[in-house]
Amino acid sequence: MCLAAPARVISVEGKIAHVDYGGVRTTARLDTLSEPVEPGDYILIHTGFAIQRLSPEDGRETLALFDELTASLEPHRPEDEGDPPERPSGVG
Amino acid sequence: MSAPFRLADPARARALAEAIRLLAPPEPVKIVHVCGTHEVAIAHNGLRRLLPETVTILEGPGCPVCVTPASDIDAAVAIAKSGAVVCSFGDMMRVPGGRISLEQARSEGCDIRTVLSAKDAVKEARETKKEVVFFAVGFETTAPMTAAIVLDDPPDNLSVLASHKLIPPAMAALLELPDHGIAGYLAPGHVSTIIGTGPYRRWLDRYDIPVVIGGFEPLDILYALALILRQIADSAPKVENAYPRAVDAPGNPAALKLIEEVFEVRDAAWRGIGTIPSSGLELRAAFAGIDARRRFNLPEAGPDPEIPGCRCPDVLTARAVPSDCPLFAKRCTPLTPVGPCMVGAEGACSIWFRYGERINP
Repeated sequence: MCLAAPARVISVEGKIAHVDYGGVRTTARLDTLSEPVEPGDYILIHTGFAIQRLSPEDGRETLALFDELTASLEPHRPEDEGDPPERPSGVG
Repeated sequence: MSAPFRLADPARARALAEAIRLLAPPEPVKIVHVCGTHEVAIAHNGLRRLLPETVTILEGPGCPVCVTPASDIDAAVAIAKSGAVVCSFGDMMRVPGGRISLEQARSEGCDIRTVLSAKDAVKEARETKKEVVFFAVGFETTAPMTAAIVLDDPPDNLSVLASHKLIPPAMAALLELPDHGIAGYLAPGHVSTIIGTGPYRRWLDRYDIPVVIGGFEPLDILYALALILRQIADSAPKVENAYPRAVDAPGNPAALKLIEEVFEVRDAAWRGIGTIPSSGLELRAAFAGIDARRRFNLPEAGPDPEIPGCRCPDVLTARAVPSDCPLFAKRCTPLTPVGPCMVGAEGACSIWFRYGERINP
């Protein structure tokens, strides 16, 4: 029910955007969106209405967040901590 | 899914699963999400099998059609029986009301149509002289669309049967139940796109529980779970946004303004849970003219039917998983659903059946 999928904006006519979901073309209403959109932008669409403008850079920033977390939890190296435990000792 | 937003690479999934293993405490942790779309992503991608045995994740009241009380379905059926056209989202069709479902009403000759969007109901109304009623269910993600059609000069023969519900009050209600055992919430990404982070603070701060907003790609969900476990490990519960590419802290101002303009908050009945204070939306008095509850003679709201043996109430309150129910995948299947959670496409039982999901004790 809260399913929403990103689509690329092809053109904008007033409060309607023509969009492309990776090959499937449809329209989306824009009156549920706070910011203007332009052709080439990505928008998140829920039941035929845009709810958020997305940028591909944000997708890359998200990956950087994931990597930051996993890097922060890598088991300590022997030279830092003396003898390593047999297994990583739980909470990082 | 458009390519720039597909976040599913196996190396990162393994790294995040390892992070979860490192962060998970030795004692059991029960994490609850409230979104059928999250459950589909978890089951479809097999994410439960990446979690340590101590970490469980359950769907609570995350399926709007499952929590719609039978009395609202009875109202839609009564409207249809009066000769009006009822437009409904497809997964509402087979959910049992007090007596029959919308689908059964259709088989008795009623004109009930499936729509994919509120705007489709407007289109149906423009193409007929009959009364048309949009049965408006859904959480904060969907309510702005109903508000948009109400404000957009709708045709005179269109009215709205509003049954929208609000998620943060339901998350708080679950924490009031004895023995809820919930250690953290994975909050729904697209509800949060609309409402932002504020309502979670207002409703949940006093419970000192981790609340992490998560997206719907497999990596989004693993990342959000890791952040929940980190908050637990640090004893630092707070509201955290793990889906910043689609959720801004203030939410979506245009959508919030639409909701505020058209609806007012009221207490609402949730199937399987009961009445939750300030958890529903009804049309403001200024829109009485388009309110189907005023336009039609509706039956007195009755209680939800008790279904012997069905554990939907426990599934909807995250006190059981579908495979705990003695009827699951035996008497109750998507072809022969007994309870609402096996009907709604986002109901936990329907999803678990579809993907063969199980938790073995």
